[in-house]
Amino acid sequence: MIDKISWIAVYPEIILFAMACAIALLDLGVKSPLRGRTYALTLLTLAVVAILQAAYATGGATMYAFGNMVVSDSMGNWLKCFATVAVMVTLVYGRPYAGQRDMLRGGEFFTLSMFALLGMFVMISGNNLLVIYMGLELLTLSSYALVALRRDNATATEAAMKYFVLGALASGFLLYGMSMMYGATGSLDINMIFKAIVSGQVRHQVLVFGLVFIVAGLAFKLGVVPFHMWIPDVYQGAPTAITLMIGGAPKLAAFAIVIRLLVEGMLPLAFDWQQMLMVLAVGSLLIGNLAAIAQTNVKRMLAFSTISQMGFVLLGLMSGVVNGNTLSAANAYSSAMFYVVSYVLTTLASFGVLLLLSREGFESEEIADFAGLNQRSPLYAGVMAVCLFSLAGIPPMVGFYAKLSVLQALVASGQALYLGLAIFAVLMSLIGAFYYLRLIKVMYFDEPITATHVVAPMDVRAVLSINGALVLILGLLPSGLMDICARSVLQMLGT
Amino acid sequence: MGLLSLAIWTPIAFGVILLALGRDDQPGMVRWVALIGSIISLLVTLPLYGQFNTASAAMQFVEKASWIERFNVNYHLGVDGISFWFVLLTAFINVIVVIAGWEVITRRVNQYMGAFLILSGLMIGVFCALDGLLFYVFFEATLIPMYLIIGIWGGPNKIYAAFKFFLYTLMGSLLMLVALIYLYTASGGSFDLAVWHALPLGKTAQTFLFFAFFAAFAVKVPMWPVHTWLPDVHVEAPTGGSAVLAAIMLKLGAYGFLRFSMPIAPDAAHEWAWLMITLSLVAVVYVGLVAMVQQDMKKLVAYSSVAHMGFVTLGFFIFNDLGISGGLVQMIAHGFVSGAMFLSIGVLYDRVHSREIASYGGVVNTMPKFAAFGLLFAMANCGLPGTAGFVGEWMVILGAVKFNFWIGFAAASALIFGAAYTLWMFKRVYLGPVANDDVKALVDINAREFTMLALLAIAVLYMGIYPKPFTDVMDASVAQLLKHVAISKLN
Repeated sequence: MIDKISWIAVYPEIILFAMACAIALLDLGVKSPLRGRTYALTLLTLAVVAILQAAYATGGATMYAFGNMVVSDSMGNWLKCFATVAVMVTLVYGRPYAGQRDMLRGGEFFTLSMFALLGMFVMISGNNLLVIYMGLELLTLSSYALVALRRDNATATEAAMKYFVLGALASGFLLYGMSMMYGATGSLDINMIFKAIVSGQVRHQVLVFGLVFIVAGLAFKLGVVPFHMWIPDVYQGAPTAITLMIGGAPKLAAFAIVIRLLVEGMLPLAFDWQQMLMVLAVGSLLIGNLAAIAQTNVKRMLAFSTISQMGFVLLGLMSGVVNGNTLSAANAYSSAMFYVVSYVLTTLASFGVLLLLSREGFESEEIADFAGLNQRSPLYAGVMAVCLFSLAGIPPMVGFYAKLSVLQALVASGQALYLGLAIFAVLMSLIGAFYYLRLIKVMYFDEPITATHVVAPMDVRAVLSINGALVLILGLLPSGLMDICARSVLQMLGT
Repeated sequence: MGLLSLAIWTPIAFGVILLALGRDDQPGMVRWVALIGSIISLLVTLPLYGQFNTASAAMQFVEKASWIERFNVNYHLGVDGISFWFVLLTAFINVIVVIAGWEVITRRVNQYMGAFLILSGLMIGVFCALDGLLFYVFFEATLIPMYLIIGIWGGPNKIYAAFKFFLYTLMGSLLMLVALIYLYTASGGSFDLAVWHALPLGKTAQTFLFFAFFAAFAVKVPMWPVHTWLPDVHVEAPTGGSAVLAAIMLKLGAYGFLRFSMPIAPDAAHEWAWLMITLSLVAVVYVGLVAMVQQDMKKLVAYSSVAHMGFVTLGFFIFNDLGISGGLVQMIAHGFVSGAMFLSIGVLYDRVHSREIASYGGVVNTMPKFAAFGLLFAMANCGLPGTAGFVGEWMVILGAVKFNFWIGFAAASALIFGAAYTLWMFKRVYLGPVANDDVKALVDINAREFTMLALLAIAVLYMGIYPKPFTDVMDASVAQLLKHVAISKLN
């Protein structure tokens, strides 16, 4: 059962796990408040893992390991690679912020982030219901602890409690749904579940009953309406660096388990879950965009913006199977994957600017704090503007192509209902454009309330500039990333 | 790199350089870089005129390279007789705008100049794009610099104007996006305009497409009744922004009708021509009357723009060569004339800081040189023979009479309103005794302003006296377009 391939498939996870433990120990000897050595070692580890994952992904081989419990395929490897880079970038942006708020003591910021990443890895490569659940728990437990990292801060603690209670509830939903699936099909293995459903010998009622719980659990994790209540509170309450940690990379993992569970495991039930996703998507687009308008807190606004963006991802996921025909599935799922990846890229840069503006003892969270940023720092205002235009879906930013490919998947289905949904989504993004523009207005048109220049350490400055430039460059030349998504999704569907 | 790519990317490259200069400590150097950049950008478009083959209706200077393989999107550029002049017009207006902003803009000069140069490149891209998605990317991207130009350097109510501009036009173009994706699917996976032109489409599909394009282009033109954003935006935008908006950006919409609505959905275009003609006539007559009662010079010229663009859309939807060529000539002429009108208002505004007609009177006494230019542009705005304004309107009216006498009659009588509001404004602002101390203290235009207005005056007169080079370029392509839209796509 455990052979040579098994070890090769999980090398990155093993490295990550070993180094996370090692760094936790090594940090005991680090005295500096910014934990330079721990930081450097963490980044080095993550860089190695990212390169390894990229090598696996370009190699393109699909490997099953540990008796089919784990799969290492091209889609998973790319997602893991992107997630690793996202965590690296989060650490770069978050370290000065965390350092100023006494969150680096003990080095848990780094080790917990690595364990969270390990959880994402396990989620992404899980090919078994329990493995996926285990990965999810590792990610969320690390996240609860990360949110609570600012021990003496009441809002952060409150956010951690909320996150924990609702997260546990969602995990319960998911686990309950999984147990129904197990009961109906007699297997925890995703491929076996697929075969059992295709065979048609399983009672449809039981399957759909389990499916409802699984979709509800996934919706909690993705943060879509009506399971979105925790998102604004946790985004706002958590220290901004941690908000980025839970709002960035984990979206990639959440997308992966949606694909693993719904597509790889239950594609024959697509008719049922697509309807559920449609309701969730419409609700998310509506409530996410409308509620974001009313916000004065940037983190809260971005939280509602996330909800609406995830609605778009769901639109991509629900247009794969049309009248039982899976011809457009690759197109639809790769559009959703492209959307998630470009969303994470944009989120990283926008939170990077947010973190930069938060000085010692001052949280830059209100929209008014952005006033006149263009006069204080044209570079960071430019990065933020590029991100906001991207989130609003204005070309030539990468967000436009994400929206385009999802809309294309909807229209390509040829269904009048889906065409209607495309027009609805487009109108909702018009509403969305308003609140993104409002933030740009504050940055560019208003006079600054403070004349202080924005100072940033070299590493933050460099990464943030590259990050912002990428949002624009991937908008001018989106072909490469689109191909990666298209090819890896195609390969995933083929197996 | 092809000539069209140069025309698009030269100004954008200079714009990016200007933005990269960072803070505001060397406005003098920034202005010269911007001027040189805009002049080079104009110079690279000139070879197009020498090499353009007027006998051919085909796309010329074609460049094609794969851009987004997954969606079969190509970086596909080319111009024909319809789009040709707008490339040169855009590059020309860009130089004028840089000169116009020279001393006037003192805050964040590099961002101002950079935004205009980038905007100019993007607009040239709109006119050259032969791929639906490429067109859309350029079309939408123009919103970003314009939004910032209005919002940063605009008047007191700039924020309202910037939002109104952005959201109004975005609403229209998002519906067009759905139409483009629909066409992509219907054509079996192509964004190529030529493929779309040849694509047979049913009646429902054509109607849907026609109105989706209508939403995008009518807002941009703007046609009555979706014109309400234009006066608000013009009033608040800085002078350069108003000039570019009136001279070029409005044309993007009208151009879209010729490039998308009519050839892709010819049957729907014929079927709904009555609606387009009605809306155009309302714009010409009613908005002309609205212009007459304006107290604000910029608002007056803005409403006059709506009325003039009404002539353009009227010319397009009567489906004959006089109408379409006349509409195109009118677009170019309006580019010169409205640009000149807004810049003239800017000249006065820089001195007195008021746009109210009532704040002026007797300007001719203190600014004789300026008043001479003012008179010329006012005459061109009324459509006096011998100026650029005359040719297009005359052709459209002739075409309209050929189509239906009463439509031609209504359009022709609307010319009187045009003359009335323009000349009345001219009289109140320029003629008569010196009205107040502000006017008394006015200094006549300096060399910079003289150059800027003189360049426009030459263009206006040249086009009025000898329009042949303009119409020659168009003839073959217009004939081709008419032939294309005459054939039904149904069945």
